[in-house]
Amino acid sequence: MNVKMADFMPAAITFQSVSKSYSSHRGKAGSGNSTKALDEVSLKIEQGEFFGLLGPNGAGKTTLISILAGLLRASAGQVSVLGHDVQTDYAKARQLLGVVPQELVFDPFFNVRETLRIQSGYFGIKNNNDWIDELLHSLGLSDKAEANMRQLSGGMKRRVLVAQSLVHKPPVIVLDEPTAGVDVELRQTLWQFISRLNKAGHTVLLTTHYLEEAEALCGRIAMLKAGKIVALERTSELLKSASSHVLRLKLDGELPADLAARARVTGRVAQFPAHDAREIEGFLSAVREAGLVAEDVEISKADLEDVFLEVMSGKTGVRTSNREVQGDRP
Amino acid sequence: MTGWQTLFYKEILRFWKVSFQTIAAPVLTAVLYLLIFGHVLEDHVKVYDRISYTAFLIPGLVMMSVLQNAFANSSSSLIQSKIMGNLVFLLLTPLSHWAWFFAYIGSSLIRGLLVGSGVFLVTTLFVEMHFAAPLWILIFAVMGSALLGSLGLIAGLWAEKFDQLAAFQNFVIMPMTFLSGVFYSIHSLPAFWQQVSHLNPFFYMIDGFRFGFFGVSDTSPWLSLLIVGAALLVAGGLAVHLLRIGYKIRG
Repeated sequence: MNVKMADFMPAAITFQSVSKSYSSHRGKAGSGNSTKALDEVSLKIEQGEFFGLLGPNGAGKTTLISILAGLLRASAGQVSVLGHDVQTDYAKARQLLGVVPQELVFDPFFNVRETLRIQSGYFGIKNNNDWIDELLHSLGLSDKAEANMRQLSGGMKRRVLVAQSLVHKPPVIVLDEPTAGVDVELRQTLWQFISRLNKAGHTVLLTTHYLEEAEALCGRIAMLKAGKIVALERTSELLKSASSHVLRLKLDGELPADLAARARVTGRVAQFPAHDAREIEGFLSAVREAGLVAEDVEISKADLEDVFLEVMSGKTGVRTSNREVQGDRP
Repeated sequence: MTGWQTLFYKEILRFWKVSFQTIAAPVLTAVLYLLIFGHVLEDHVKVYDRISYTAFLIPGLVMMSVLQNAFANSSSSLIQSKIMGNLVFLLLTPLSHWAWFFAYIGSSLIRGLLVGSGVFLVTTLFVEMHFAAPLWILIFAVMGSALLGSLGLIAGLWAEKFDQLAAFQNFVIMPMTFLSGVFYSIHSLPAFWQQVSHLNPFFYMIDGFRFGFFGVSDTSPWLSLLIVGAALLVAGGLAVHLLRIGYKIRG
């Protein structure tokens, strides 16, 4: 995208110094005992981006998305969708936004087609049958169109949830952990469809726990920790910025505490992030000195999971190079 | 259809799909009241000259059904959506607080009037009824169901669990309807309780509604209209305000 052009186009999503605090004592807001769920979060997502928002549970991802969707109000700061403030100009902002909620919710009174027709009506769309049919087809729901919501499996309900959020063809799509507890087939169907929408110009904001998904799909990634942005980079830069290699060892015993603290341990498998060959050698000798034998040794390139853990542990200062960075299209 | 019309239609569809529970059951309950109270009290209670007790009872039972069902509609729809979590689909839409208000009140009104008509039609099998002033009947039925629809909206927004809603229904709505003169004329009460009854807005709804059938009532229908209108303004205004600030639905 040409930078000059970007100046004239409103960002798809703008978060400006957004804070959210909850008071721990019910009904006593501002009594001093408040927890900050979000702390001055600023973030700009340009039109057409596929953007990933990552962070551990409780980092504030869903809070941020709820403020964007108008489900929560920010304690401070301003949020807009394509230039429309989500509070003062909420009708326009919500018309431009499609949000797939994280919770698997449904209305037991209706079947799939009724659900989608009603949802279209809320957005003032009169005859939406063609688009509803396309949504049903793309999400593999065609043969469930007349089934009552109660009769659907969890995966099928999840698909309806996605279809419901897209009935009004929103230019900005937000998916809050859409693949949590979902089988491989649906994940494939979903990502094919969302990628197609993204190529057609829709902006996508995704939160997920599956980091390989974020690595494969997102052009840019922000990481949230305890309500603050701790990394904001293009995915490729983020991968470069962390330790470039991972040493993976399968050991015959338990690592001593000082070594374990520097590794990711899953049962007997330990993974050490390393920048170069010397560091790898260092780890190997340390393991040997501890009297352990490696049954299996593997050295691989770092993936997003490694970067994520490194950023979250605060070991390396991954650059949040420029908070107001203009998002280049991938 | 525009946004609010869709929500209105959806709310009607919601109770219509379970009409045995939402329409047929309350009609049956009211008819049972009529059969039992009418049979037991017919020869013992004289309310107005020329009017049998059973005839007197019918408008009261009709209005009681209208009010209870209008309240039940908006309140149970809201609490169900809140507890099931599917209210989020509505919260994500551009619908304004006015759209919410008119859709929820409108559907409560329709359910109230449907149940009321059902009760009336069945009870006329037992007693021949006349309409002294049909317009008053319509006005009080519409205003009464709008008022109870608004109260249902407020209760549905306020309650966080079914238990709290049931408390509101059983400890506020039920006593106020039963003590409003559905089963008796307040003139039959001791002076003190007559005074107390005059503080109950439900009394004016029932009394004004009954005036439409018999052309006689405990108090002037104009006074009833004024009081019911004022109560509707207060409850409706509060409901719109709570929707506007997103009371307990937007954090």
